[in-house]
Amino acid sequence: MSEERTKAEDRRERVLPIAEARETGPDARSIDRRHALKVMALAAAAPGLASCGPGPGGEAGAAGASAGAGGIPAGGTPGQVTNPNARGDLWDPDLLSPVVPWQRTLEPGELESLAVLCDVILPADDRSPSASEVGAHDFIDEWVSAPYEALQEGGVLIRGGLVWLDREARTRFGNGAPSASVRFRDLTPAQQQAICDDICDPERAEGGPFEAPSLFFDRVRYLTLTAFWTTAEGMDDLQYIGNTPLTQWDPPPPEVLRHIGLA
Amino acid sequence: MSSRTQDSYDAIVVGSGAGGGMTAYVLACSGLRVLMLEAGRHYDPVAETPMFHLPRDAPLRGGGTRHKPFGFYDATVDGGWEVPGEPYSSAEGTDFRWWRARMLGGRTNHWGRISLRMGEYDFKPYSRDGLGFDWPLSYDDLAPWYDKTEALIGVYGSNEGLENTPNSSPGVLLPPPAPRAEELLTRHHCGDLGIPVIPAHLAILTRRLDAARIARTLWPGNALAQRVTEESMAARAACFYATPCGRGCSIKANFQTPTVLLPPALATGNLDIITDAMVREVTIDARGQAAGVHYIDRNTRLDEHAGARVVVLAASACESARILLNSKSSLHPDGLGNGSGLVGKYIMDTVGAGVGGQIPALENMPPHNADGASAMHLYMPWWLYQEQAGGQLDFARGYHIEFGGGRRMPGFGFMGGLAELTGGSYGQRLKDECRRYYGSFLWFDGRGEMIPNEDSFCEIDPEGVDRWGIPTLRFNWKWSSHELNQARHMQHTFADIIQAMGGRVTSDVHDDGARAIAAPGVIIHEVGGAMMGDDPRTSVLNQFCQSWEVDNLFVTDGGCFVSNADKNPTLSILALAWRASDYIAEQLRTRSL
Repeated sequence: MSEERTKAEDRRERVLPIAEARETGPDARSIDRRHALKVMALAAAAPGLASCGPGPGGEAGAAGASAGAGGIPAGGTPGQVTNPNARGDLWDPDLLSPVVPWQRTLEPGELESLAVLCDVILPADDRSPSASEVGAHDFIDEWVSAPYEALQEGGVLIRGGLVWLDREARTRFGNGAPSASVRFRDLTPAQQQAICDDICDPERAEGGPFEAPSLFFDRVRYLTLTAFWTTAEGMDDLQYIGNTPLTQWDPPPPEVLRHIGLA
Repeated sequence: MSSRTQDSYDAIVVGSGAGGGMTAYVLACSGLRVLMLEAGRHYDPVAETPMFHLPRDAPLRGGGTRHKPFGFYDATVDGGWEVPGEPYSSAEGTDFRWWRARMLGGRTNHWGRISLRMGEYDFKPYSRDGLGFDWPLSYDDLAPWYDKTEALIGVYGSNEGLENTPNSSPGVLLPPPAPRAEELLTRHHCGDLGIPVIPAHLAILTRRLDAARIARTLWPGNALAQRVTEESMAARAACFYATPCGRGCSIKANFQTPTVLLPPALATGNLDIITDAMVREVTIDARGQAAGVHYIDRNTRLDEHAGARVVVLAASACESARILLNSKSSLHPDGLGNGSGLVGKYIMDTVGAGVGGQIPALENMPPHNADGASAMHLYMPWWLYQEQAGGQLDFARGYHIEFGGGRRMPGFGFMGGLAELTGGSYGQRLKDECRRYYGSFLWFDGRGEMIPNEDSFCEIDPEGVDRWGIPTLRFNWKWSSHELNQARHMQHTFADIIQAMGGRVTSDVHDDGARAIAAPGVIIHEVGGAMMGDDPRTSVLNQFCQSWEVDNLFVTDGGCFVSNADKNPTLSILALAWRASDYIAEQLRTRSL
């Protein structure tokens, strides 16, 4: 409700409204530039971070210019039908047989660490598998590798954050061991939680030493939520019912009306 | 698509969206030979619509990008806020966003399907409050074409008899779908606030159309029109309540011109369509009348010319203004039909502001199908007429409320705000919170009337040119306090509704209307720029969308709008285009043109 722009507001800008039942997403416009500045600040503050990201690439090019030659299929089953009317570039993609036309850029070690973090964020339980078991870390790789400036800035944040996590692991739990021997992904669940408890709430972390890492954690969590709940396992867990043709549309069932007190 | 097969035409129609689609349909059904020029590519919703495709099958889980701002599966080709190779600019201090689509059917492929009639007040706003301008026609003048349009395209809704919210004639509307749980709960609590919540009007078939009866009613005495209309209508299925309308509809259950208006028009044998034809200017003959159009064939990049007895622009409000302004000659030095100097002037968008909320009563909802007709089943028409008349509000004109939420299919950004709402939760707790909160978020959007002003206009950018060599537009924009105060009122009202429902407001509610209001163009209801009127000195067109100065030149898109009521413009564009097309057909028949 504040009239001043807050970090919370910056974060909320990534959570687009469901207005008019339109499908929404990470429009580059929706991610505030100030957020990118914070990313840069994080990179500058942590030694070794500046060199590991893809860098602030230019604005994504015009039609087709930025599509790599990868042709990596998307996470799901590519459609059996293709659309001959579509040009197949980013402005006019084949909607019937979608592909991710850019190369993924994260390195194997980064993906390994990311998978562990994704599972800390959404672990397996008796209703569904963990986030990494349904490929959340691969989706984040797809996201940070996309030919969009704001998403690549997110990639800088995430890659830098992974380095920070390992450094924090070494600082807290390394016991003076040689630098490469302790990584976040090797910690015990309790140790991982100890670190994450400090960076899980950007509002609480604001202005303190964990501010930048909290933005990293928040971004990974945001993407992990999308990645996990959009899978078949995630939708089953939620008991989403729909996307299936009906012969007629009925009012909500009685148990639903009772639930909202309108029976 | 089809190449030209005839040497001359009665009419050239520029654009294949709502205005162009309706114009071509009516003229072709009236026995006139029509050439339609569409700047974008051929598009076939039956073959191309990604029905049932899941977010997980798409790049970025279907989320929006600069290439596909409304998501990967959105039925927009070569469009969005930018079109490759076709820039536009904004004057300093203006942040106008111009949405275009380069495809057969234009924006009717992805539009929201919300189909609200303008009411009697909406045609005479100046007479009511002294602001803006009156239309040169009344609600009663247009009502028959509203009926015909609704019967033709299929609109669900109900007649509630509310102020300035017109009833349709009996038997015109299709039955509205039963409300969803969250809609019922919202209606329940809005009752306490005195806000009416009634069935929305959307161009979606809740049952098959009675094709033979409707075709006979729409086209008495016209066997050709009856036959093509009936056949096309009979090929449309009823909604099966799955897969978002914004992707288009392969079973033709919702309205888009490539499934509803262009097939019958083509079936008359009177319509040819050329796609990839980017119109640059209207050409004139020695008398200064329209002779045809120059267009660039996007495939060959060559300039072509097509001639006709009548030229109808329906390229979208701003694109039609651009064509007129670029049609300069010694007879028309300021652009064609621009003797009033008003081409491009008085552009309006809709006032938009939104607020989200989380409703505890909707948590842990028993699983059930909440897809429905994809868009809203209920809405709130403007209700504060008496308060406004009594001077209790600090803005003129009204807004309606669109809202939604509930247990929809997870897509990009799903549960994105939950961590913040739950104190930064992660781990097993976050997973459990997602289950608990799923379906408990609602979003409210206001859609309100902007009053036309002389600081909001488009003009030719002296420095801009697109990849077809055509001079581009520059936009200028200013809101008045009416729009800003209205946007603030929207946000505070939505917060009141959410709180009345026992919920938490999850987005910002601003006291500064300039921060509440959506940027101009973002609501994608831009209209005006070729205003109709009853005086050639103060308007571009007469009430039949006919240029005052060039008798055989018409503009049948949103450009002719005089005001921009809170009612979403597409239905009115369709009805006005039909009325204008009847006039064109009559004028051609009597050789007046």
